[in-house]
Amino acid sequence: MHWPIDLIVLTFVIFCAIAAISVKDLLGTAILFGAYSFMMCLLWAIMGAVDVAFTEASVGAGVSTVFFVAAVFRTSRRTKD
Amino acid sequence: MTDLLPLIVAKYNYWLYVILMMIGLYAMIAKNNLIKKVVGMNIFQTAIILFYLSIGYKKDATLPIVEVGHEGQEAVVRALDYINPLPHVLMLTAIVVSVATFGVAMALAVRIYQRYQTLEEDELRMRLSEE
Amino acid sequence: MKFLGFIVVCLTGALLLYGTGQFPAWGDPGSPASTHLSNYYIEKTVEQTQVPNIVTAVLADYRGFDTMFETSVIFCAGLTCFLLLRDFTEKKERFYRHRPTGVILHVKDSEKVLKVGKEFEHIDKDFVPSDLIIKTVCRILIPFIQIYALYVVAHGDFSPGGGFQGGVIFGSSLILLAISYDLKTLVERIKEKVLGIFAAVGVLIYVGIATICMPMGGNFLNYGMLAPLLPGDPRHVRALGMLGVEIGVGLAVMAVMAIIYINIVSEGRHDEGL
Repeated sequence: MHWPIDLIVLTFVIFCAIAAISVKDLLGTAILFGAYSFMMCLLWAIMGAVDVAFTEASVGAGVSTVFFVAAVFRTSRRTKD
Repeated sequence: MTDLLPLIVAKYNYWLYVILMMIGLYAMIAKNNLIKKVVGMNIFQTAIILFYLSIGYKKDATLPIVEVGHEGQEAVVRALDYINPLPHVLMLTAIVVSVATFGVAMALAVRIYQRYQTLEEDELRMRLSEE
Repeated sequence: MKFLGFIVVCLTGALLLYGTGQFPAWGDPGSPASTHLSNYYIEKTVEQTQVPNIVTAVLADYRGFDTMFETSVIFCAGLTCFLLLRDFTEKKERFYRHRPTGVILHVKDSEKVLKVGKEFEHIDKDFVPSDLIIKTVCRILIPFIQIYALYVVAHGDFSPGGGFQGGVIFGSSLILLAISYDLKTLVERIKEKVLGIFAAVGVLIYVGIATICMPMGGNFLNYGMLAPLLPGDPRHVRALGMLGVEIGVGLAVMAVMAIIYINIVSEGRHDEGL
């Protein structure tokens, strides 16, 4: 494992997490959360946990985002914080 | 300075995991919107999963998939050559349970919105005290 | 509240950062987590089960109970979404589209049902004309996604993958069908009852394979006892048992993902959605 790649992806993960909880549009949160999950999946693949990374790519970045968008579609998109 | 650098290289991953975990915890405590709280919970979960997986990592080791020799000649498997598979198994189950809880949380959010027409915590509390 | 939360978070974070000082160094092969049980798994898995992917072997064989109850957790999640959201009341208003002219009819009387066929089609409230490119691409893509999902389930023993991943990919192919066409297409192709039965049968396959081991003379979930029932080399019997279990998990996960999506997106009425 090369530590520069690890550090760069980890920084991206933290940025995505902060952005996901601070944007005021829930659809934006859904997309940023999908990006966060995918970055996390990359991090796990770098660490050698291929099974877990595969699961996260299909579950976290795929189906979770779809559930999120479906829930936002049926509720409101705006939020105060 | 010379003995600080190895410490940073050995531990910076753990520090960043703690920061990530705290972002999730802050979202769960301070955010007003219920869906934002669920996102915070998911960030917390993934940070813990990340921490577990990093415990299983070994230097100079390969993926936990054994190269099987041809029939009859099975090589001796050395534990030091493979990454610890046990955290992977535990966290695989954790991820799948997390998507189940996420789905149920979204269903609850839709149900709350149907009844109260809001997902903001303070407005919800107001509506509940009116009843 | 925000300030208080920030203080709590900072305190917890400081305590955890202080705790990291005691951790073993990054990637240390001699750390406590990597010295006891996991070495046994790494060294004995191929010898005992003939499965190269250690993660799958530990997941489905050594820790079979864990995975079994996890499958039931997934099943319960699907059941919870159904019970929370399912709404059997028929909607009063309906929307139809006259195919040749494109005129949209808004029927408010619930008694009056137009016949859906060559002339009229049933549409959603916020109707968007379907995009030919999206429809065609998805129609071509979906079978390949499904075959890939089956590949992932079948090759869970040898490469990354397994029942959960394959099930989720298969479920997302169904969701893609619902998104590219409309929700009615999916609900008509696969009835709600069929999805429910799939979810239950998936758990049943897992528990069934585990239970068959008992009359054969072994413990619950001891796949080694299935050797007289299965063809082929008796050394591979544990791998075959794991494959059967993974198929059960995949079925349950696939059905539950579709159930959760359909219920959330249509608020439980199964009529219109994304």
